[in-house]
Amino acid sequence: MLLARDDNTMGELDGGPAAVTPHCRRERSWSLSSLIMAIPLAIILLAFVVAPLISVVAVSVFRYDNFAVVPAFTFENYQSVLTSGLTLSLYLTMIKLAAVTWAATLVIGFLVAYFLVFHVRSKLIAIGLFLVCTVPFWTSNIIRMIAWLPLLGKQGAINAALMATGIIHQPLQFLLYSDFSVVVSYVNLFTIFMIVPIFNAMSRVDPALFEAAVDAGASRLQTMLLVVVPLAKSGIALGSVFVITLVMGDFYVVKIMSGGGAASVVSAMVDDISTLLFPHAAASAVVLLVVLTLLIAAIMRVVDIRRELVRDR
Amino acid sequence: MAITAPSGGRPWTFYALAAIFVAYVIFLYGPMLCIYVLSFQGPEGALSFPMRGLSLHWFDELWTGGDTGDLAGAIGRSLVLAVLVMVLTVVLSFAAGMAFRADFPGSSWLFYLIIASLVVPGYVLGIGIGLMFQLLGWQTDWYSSALGAQLSWTLPFGLLIMFAVFGRFSRSYEEASRDLGAGPLQTLRLVVVPMLLPGIIAVALFGFTLSYDEFARTLQSVGSDNTVPIEIWSMTQNVTSPSIYALGTVTTALSFVVIGVALGSIALIQRRRQGATPL
Repeated sequence: MLLARDDNTMGELDGGPAAVTPHCRRERSWSLSSLIMAIPLAIILLAFVVAPLISVVAVSVFRYDNFAVVPAFTFENYQSVLTSGLTLSLYLTMIKLAAVTWAATLVIGFLVAYFLVFHVRSKLIAIGLFLVCTVPFWTSNIIRMIAWLPLLGKQGAINAALMATGIIHQPLQFLLYSDFSVVVSYVNLFTIFMIVPIFNAMSRVDPALFEAAVDAGASRLQTMLLVVVPLAKSGIALGSVFVITLVMGDFYVVKIMSGGGAASVVSAMVDDISTLLFPHAAASAVVLLVVLTLLIAAIMRVVDIRRELVRDR
Repeated sequence: MAITAPSGGRPWTFYALAAIFVAYVIFLYGPMLCIYVLSFQGPEGALSFPMRGLSLHWFDELWTGGDTGDLAGAIGRSLVLAVLVMVLTVVLSFAAGMAFRADFPGSSWLFYLIIASLVVPGYVLGIGIGLMFQLLGWQTDWYSSALGAQLSWTLPFGLLIMFAVFGRFSRSYEEASRDLGAGPLQTLRLVVVPMLLPGIIAVALFGFTLSYDEFARTLQSVGSDNTVPIEIWSMTQNVTSPSIYALGTVTTALSFVVIGVALGSIALIQRRRQGATPL
């Protein structure tokens, strides 16, 4: 609709006058039509990402009196969040879970992407297999999570199979309602976030580099570590950002798969909200956002993620 | 660019990595298949194997039993919301994808905003939207606050796909169209959109399915009427019968239909193109 209104800028967009107008003018008119076309999306994100986050920051300094949120200015919520031993233990738990999940998704994601890009000969089959990995992403996370219950439970399929074959005589207790089942769910749900960016980065590796490495005497393992890994590192960084933020922001996997035994930073917020402790939850949310921002900034210092995403512009 | 062994055949690493890939696919689909199977148990069915009987009892239970609230209403709301999100995601990310082909004031900021909305913890954003509506004195509803919450999740995906799509689209087609006398709208309608249709369908697929299954952002922003994932979430808290598996089977089947239609139509378009004689 926006395109229809502004025929003049669309003319520029078609690239027609590009050949006759001086470079600088073309740049400017491009900017204008681009700006107009980007505005609707920008408005939505300002209204439903920026403004809500500002609301969180605002409420985090409000006071909570007699079951009501009072607009005021206080650091009590932050004081309560930052001095609580619970906060520290929640962060330690989540960092541990995130580290294990990150390592597992990285190894699996890298190997799967490597197989698809460099070992499958037909491009069509590679895309088909890639889609096989992607399809579950388009279905419900909660369903995929509870799907582990009949497998991992005390009377679950894995214990039953192990007992039937005589490998174990007592059901393994650690399979369900433990850190193990939480990590299994994370890996199950989030590995795709590692596969896609690494797959993308690897797809752009020039095959000639492979031949050059082999000609120069590199083994296949050396080629992988010294040629492919550096070229795929932007994909690895992007995948890492996704996996780590997803785990740090999780509350439902921890809640269900730990059987209520463990809590995450966000599940503590859920509990706050259910008892209407909005300012406390908001302060906790701000702390989490700061931690995640620092983490992402650290990763982006090492690797330029933007170049990865809009490289072909 | 497949790797070959010195002998010219497949190297041993092919088989090792193929085994890892197959194991990963089983790990991905195995559990899902288990609950689809378990949802077809008889009335004496339980949450784990072995199968106890074979029937549609638990599907019937979904509609007649007291385990779920307003399931039919939730499915209706989820579908309407998913279609709304899909349409908005396609239109807005297509326009913004075109916009990002050039620099414009604030393009860098917008880019970082898009990444931020992708990585911000969903529940935190949900609280934020809930609080914002509360501060403004508005009521949260699935078609207002939850719609915005879901767009904050689908638009970044839509835009990243459009980046990839436009990255491979040469401007010379648009120039050629213009040289042949087409107006800007004609070029858009007759050249750009048809050529990019597979990518646009992919964006639509993401828009629909990510909305239909969205949970973390929707939980605190949906208001009084639930969507399907929130119905499922409340079932995980208090239902201990296979009816929760039955709901999983129903909602996943619906997702699979949508995925099948989308991927099928993309494949059809690609095949037609390969069949067409190149000029």
